[in-house]
Amino acid sequence: MKIAQKTIKFLTIAMVAFFTATTFASGTDKKHDDQNDGGRVNTKEEVEAYILHHIKDSHDFSLFSYTGDNGERHHFGFPLPIILWTSEGLVTFMSSEFHHNDDGHVIVEKKGLKFAKVHSKIYELDESASSISFDETHHPTNAHKVLDFSITKSVVGILFIGLLLLFWFSRLAKQYKTKKVPTGFARVLEPLVIYVRDEIAKPNIGEKHYRRFTGYLLTVFFFIWVLNLLGLTPFGFNVTGQLAVTACLAIFTLVIYTVSGTKGYWMHMIWMPGVPVLIRPVLAIIELAGAFLIKPFSLLIRLYANITAGHIVVMSLIAIMFTLKSSLGVAGATGLSVVLSFLIILIEVLVAFLQAYIFTLLSALFIGMAVEDHAEHH
Amino acid sequence: MYNLIGAGLVVIGAGIGLGQIGGKAMEGIARQPEATGKIQVAMIIIAALLEGLAFGALILGKG
Repeated sequence: MKIAQKTIKFLTIAMVAFFTATTFASGTDKKHDDQNDGGRVNTKEEVEAYILHHIKDSHDFSLFSYTGDNGERHHFGFPLPIILWTSEGLVTFMSSEFHHNDDGHVIVEKKGLKFAKVHSKIYELDESASSISFDETHHPTNAHKVLDFSITKSVVGILFIGLLLLFWFSRLAKQYKTKKVPTGFARVLEPLVIYVRDEIAKPNIGEKHYRRFTGYLLTVFFFIWVLNLLGLTPFGFNVTGQLAVTACLAIFTLVIYTVSGTKGYWMHMIWMPGVPVLIRPVLAIIELAGAFLIKPFSLLIRLYANITAGHIVVMSLIAIMFTLKSSLGVAGATGLSVVLSFLIILIEVLVAFLQAYIFTLLSALFIGMAVEDHAEHH
Repeated sequence: MYNLIGAGLVVIGAGIGLGQIGGKAMEGIARQPEATGKIQVAMIIIAALLEGLAFGALILGKG
């Protein structure tokens, strides 16, 4: 009874939160359409630009924006710190100083250096230049890139999820000191932990070595899964759809199976026993390319492409609301869009789990290949 | 234009491959229901490898 009450309370809060977010969104988009009716912006182009903007990482955390009656652009969200390593050393300021400008027109002056932001990249202007200029290929001619360590939206997502996982799992671990069966939310986590250990780590790495790698596999599994789910909330995170993030995770796996490879693993890679000597160098090239290029690339591309494709599909279905408004009417287009995007979101919840599972499974498989005891007969 | 045709070809190829994997796995499960778990894991691994290949081709075609 108590649990049922709690569930109802939680669902009510979730519904209220969801519908508030949706109202905000529709309010915003209505303004966009008014603007479109004035014939200034092409809806299709705007939808495309909006989707591409969402897919990329950004320097400020914007929830929504709209153009007011007086033609002024209003932004809602909060700024994030920008941390740069420039020719003059460390420079920090808040992203609000760019005033949401992304085409290099707003110049920020710090420590006698001038900075401009173009397509989410920050450039340092040369000393004599006062505004940024481009050549035909859209490369700035009078500015250069700086090392950017900013706390971007994705970094906020990673930090948030990292702290959340630390909180959840330290509580789960603490509970085992006093009782046998965990209570509360930890009861949800325990079967997942056991699932990763018994179904992914044990069969693929082997009874003998799996304990060493279970920590890494658990971390990767929960990190990817919770970040995938975070990407489905209306806050607009797309962390596991960033090439940098998935590449980093793939490199972790690469380093682990390269460092923990046994002698047999390296022998089979570089000088394959049991085949004619002339074929051995050919096999070595294939095996080396497989271990250092193809395995990590397939890991990083799969996660990135799946999550990015999912986000693009969901946002395109939401955009049906505007692109089909003239042929189906406001109610028809909105209804179609809500039904389709709801169904796709359900599939995306499944994909979020599946991609975390596959990444962990393949990592376990690659590690298992590296640490297994090769029999000496060939 | 050509990269769109290429993307279509990639999707056709990946679709045939996934169909083969899924169909054979179904047959295997029907023949030997007690091996369902093992067959499913193997199926997912092969499907994931195929998917990686297909996505790689799609991203290369886009660039």
